[in-house]
Amino acid sequence: MENEIILEVKDLTKHFPIKMGFFKTLLAKEVPVVHAVDSINFKIKKREIFGLVGESGCGKTTTGRLTLRLIEPTAGQVFLEGVDIFSLPENEIRKTRRKIQIIFQDPYESLNPRLSVYDAIAEPLRIQQVIETEEEAENRVKEVMENMDLVPPEEYIYRFPHELSGGQRQRVAIARAFALEPTYVVADEPVSMLDASTRSEVIRLILSLVKKFHVSFLYITHDIALTRYTCNRIAVMYLGKIAEEGPTDDVVLKPLHPYTEALIAAVPVPDPTARRSEIVIKGEVPSAINPPSGCRFHTRCPYAQDKCRTEEPQLVEHKNSRYVACHFPLG
Amino acid sequence: MAFLEVKNLKMYYLTLRGWVKAVDDVTFGLEKGDALGLAGESGCGKTSAALSILKLLPHNGKIFDGKIEFDGIDLLKMPDTKFRKEIRWKKISTIFQGAMNALNPVMKCGDQIVEALTFHENINKKEARERAGKLLDLVGIGASRIDRYPHELSGGMKQRTMIAMALACNPDLVIADEPTTALDVIIAAQVLGLMRELQEKLKLTIILITHDLSIISEICNKTAIMYAGKIVEQGDTISVYKEPLHPYSQKLINAFPSVLGDRTSELAGIAGFPPNLLDPPPGCRFHPRCPYAQEKCRTEEPKIVKVDKNHEVACHLIG
Repeated sequence: MENEIILEVKDLTKHFPIKMGFFKTLLAKEVPVVHAVDSINFKIKKREIFGLVGESGCGKTTTGRLTLRLIEPTAGQVFLEGVDIFSLPENEIRKTRRKIQIIFQDPYESLNPRLSVYDAIAEPLRIQQVIETEEEAENRVKEVMENMDLVPPEEYIYRFPHELSGGQRQRVAIARAFALEPTYVVADEPVSMLDASTRSEVIRLILSLVKKFHVSFLYITHDIALTRYTCNRIAVMYLGKIAEEGPTDDVVLKPLHPYTEALIAAVPVPDPTARRSEIVIKGEVPSAINPPSGCRFHTRCPYAQDKCRTEEPQLVEHKNSRYVACHFPLG
Repeated sequence: MAFLEVKNLKMYYLTLRGWVKAVDDVTFGLEKGDALGLAGESGCGKTSAALSILKLLPHNGKIFDGKIEFDGIDLLKMPDTKFRKEIRWKKISTIFQGAMNALNPVMKCGDQIVEALTFHENINKKEARERAGKLLDLVGIGASRIDRYPHELSGGMKQRTMIAMALACNPDLVIADEPTTALDVIIAAQVLGLMRELQEKLKLTIILITHDLSIISEICNKTAIMYAGKIVEQGDTISVYKEPLHPYSQKLINAFPSVLGDRTSELAGIAGFPPNLLDPPPGCRFHPRCPYAQEKCRTEEPKIVKVDKNHEVACHLIG
């Protein structure tokens, strides 16, 4: 059952309308929108960590939130174990929410400072009514904490977030997400606020959770170097579109899309003797209100040709389960 | 005589629970044209050490002991008014952490540079504005953006404005505190490239403070690694990265992923957590997390020793 698809995203689109003044709204022919996510497709298998990589504003977090139905899409569908989550009526979505969870970026912000570790982890159990007595809750919380290497649980269970270090807080946040044994978890930059030394511990924890609980992850990150240690497959996003998708090592070591190449070239290397290539692409990400015509990357692409300016490339299979949206793929 | 010499610096913060020993007996030196990377985890005292040089400590921070000598002048003995007029920004300037919030949001970018210039140099507004324009050209923003407000600029451009501001009075030493942390990889690479270019062009001396060792390896010729208020290892960047001697440096360097390197093993971490600086552990401060810790490490504090011409380390296991 290793190839069982847990999550499928089909033509998912999210446009955020721009707030304007009253008169401007009256006069405008159409309300301008931010093209946060534009018709993207991907699938996540069981026990897979699927990475979504890109710069800020590329739509990766919006995608993550859409797959949890935290926001409603403009168009498209998200199937969780075959069920379209957007077709579910409001009163049934809560049942589905048991199976889907999210881990946020900043454990300093995501935990309620007034809830102890115990209450923070027990809260989802209470809301979903999976426990009946307090004793049951305590046992379950301790069990979850042990799975998160917060051992011995007695030492941490009655602490408050301010009494914990960043790494410990993130473990509590992950424990909270895993209290209900989800099948699909969105991890939105789970380690970017942590120090290098604790970062790898948290990554190791995430990898062990996949093995133990057979869970699937959507791993959202801007750090393409780290994806090699975490993700099985990655998709690189640029301005609301997937530029390239494939097995992590293949994509990082042999990028097909010029944007992926640029993204990798920009990563600093922790080796003073290695001189990295000096080709750093110029300029900044264009506005998502009026994305460039044709290929959205053509304004910054060093290889852009006429066709790129007019015709939009589709995400197609290149070979060996690698997909790229480029008229002239590299390599 | 080194260009900047920090000797046995001790800087503590007074909190309700006692003195936090943020910088404890730190010694380092810089020659003109050097770029020193000061690395360590959050809370290890790297920013505090830099703020001490600028004498920009918060009211509860106090320098207890030590000496900071810059170009032959003892900075700690200098009166504050004189320091403000003659040293800070004119000789030693800084690029603050978090460019997004370091600029005044209700003041045009150009005016903020003009303000720094007219305060320190004997020039009128018009000349200052001209120089501000040239500075914006230098950092690649373009003089045409002189009348923009910070919210009209992107993160990368704000960071460039901060760099322009730091360079306004042709300082000899620039302290850059996490200059790229809030930026996207591609923009960060552009900013780092700019810093490297400016360092060569203007013969700047730089102290770069960061938790990210890969950034130091891009710019700095010297590296100092701090742990819990102390420098545990320092030397020229290549020796520190290629032959790290302190167990902490070794682990810290291994904790960084290399995008194109061999991925033979898992990313290494460091078990445990940094100590509380209110009451740091006795002996070597790293001993509770050190896999090689021996009896001596728990009781006796290691002194920093020279292992090579350009390489020093504080560990009982070495030397």
